[in-house]
Amino acid sequence: MNAAAPMIPIPEAAMSETVFAFTLALLLLAPLAIAGMALVNTGLARSRSAAQALLGYLALWAVTAIGFALVGASFAGTLKTHEIVLHAGGKTWSVLGLDPWLLHGLGSAAPQMQLALLFEFMAVAMAAMVPWGSGADRWRLPGGCASAAVLSGFVFPLVAHWIWGGGWLAQLGANFGLGAGFLDGGGAATVHALGGMAALALVWIAGPRRGKFPREGLSTAIPGHNAVYVLFGCLLALVGWLAWNAAGAVIWLHAPLAALPETAINTLLSAAAALVATYSVTRVRFGKPDASLCANGWLAGLVTSTACAALTTPLEAIFAGAVAGIFTPLLVEVLELALSIDDPSGAIAVHGASGLWGLVAVGFFAPQAGQLTAQLVGVAALLGVILPLIYLLYALLNRVVAFRVDPDGERIGMDLHELGGGAYPEFVIHRDESYR
Amino acid sequence: MKYAGLLVMPGGFFLTLAALVLFPDAARRLAFVVCGLAVEAMGLAVAVRGHMPARGASRP
Repeated sequence: MNAAAPMIPIPEAAMSETVFAFTLALLLLAPLAIAGMALVNTGLARSRSAAQALLGYLALWAVTAIGFALVGASFAGTLKTHEIVLHAGGKTWSVLGLDPWLLHGLGSAAPQMQLALLFEFMAVAMAAMVPWGSGADRWRLPGGCASAAVLSGFVFPLVAHWIWGGGWLAQLGANFGLGAGFLDGGGAATVHALGGMAALALVWIAGPRRGKFPREGLSTAIPGHNAVYVLFGCLLALVGWLAWNAAGAVIWLHAPLAALPETAINTLLSAAAALVATYSVTRVRFGKPDASLCANGWLAGLVTSTACAALTTPLEAIFAGAVAGIFTPLLVEVLELALSIDDPSGAIAVHGASGLWGLVAVGFFAPQAGQLTAQLVGVAALLGVILPLIYLLYALLNRVVAFRVDPDGERIGMDLHELGGGAYPEFVIHRDESYR
Repeated sequence: MKYAGLLVMPGGFFLTLAALVLFPDAARRLAFVVCGLAVEAMGLAVAVRGHMPARGASRP
């Protein structure tokens, strides 16, 4: 092991001022994706937890921004000053960045590196927010903030370095001749697969909502409280996602500006195909289309597009989105009914499974030899290292900051319990009819 | 059982790494990477099974 080895600078074409300004403008629109996702997940939670849910998104964003600035950005190694490398099998494996702490040197870094860091600030926020929706109605705000601190301080930077910071996954092409190395232009791995796996670890550790899985019969349906939030959130997310994928294509894949319209079109097509597929599946399964599952399908298409949009043709984007739109409602159903996993926002299917599918789809459609293998190695790293790591960290964290609210708090709702007031004070609070 | 499944998953990952280092030809490398993923899938299945709550466990 060679700790803190200085990185050999790879010559990159300097970014023109036009490209810099345009990419910066795109990045300033990207938070709309996070806002849309927050609105969707708040609508999918109960009304008695709505204020806590939305405040949680703000709090998690704050924690991730500070945590990433203080610690995480150093490990991500975006400024490419130092790194921790291993030597094995005659190859060099860069496993962790070691840039200066506290964003030291940011002002003098190259413009494209500053943009990359700004992108990572958005990405780490979204990654940490994905599990928050899965823990709706039972996950305490301190626990959520502790999770965000761990994800932004270590887990996200680790994955970001592997993929975006010149780490061993990015070097698969140079070291082993596997296409262009692991490709993830918009954060399908670093944001969505990571967030989906964190959601899975969370629901395993926190357990289901009370009354969700009664002693007899099927699981209890606990519908979201506001379908308008959910569906409007989808529209808002589209705007953010268009900007997000275009910015990612420029920053991580060095796409020219002329390629961005196709990236945006592919993003839209992927979401559209996913929605049509989910609409059709739920129409066939239940006799009528299901609004919340259609919203999940739309988001699944957008998540798939984060991997595919900049690297596929429009037809391939439609195919990838349609596949995500077909398996998302089915997986949501299997997780709840067959596997007793209580995921109110559907994040495991929407972000986890669709993110992984998008990464594999890139490998299927890529013209370079070995790209599919590179993508599969990346998926294996996420499932084989990052999921157990998150589970271990969450299990330890849960002993320090209890994730789950006490039964009384869950009964009266997270708003009253944690905030002392509800999101809708003029509404009549009905007694809980879901407990059997 | 839940921990056993999570311990098996890194085993699958190391299989994919071994495939990269040991096999120079693309077909065999891809096959062993897929095998590594299959091991991870089995570990995930065991972990999921281990985490399934007994019916009624969450009943208030």
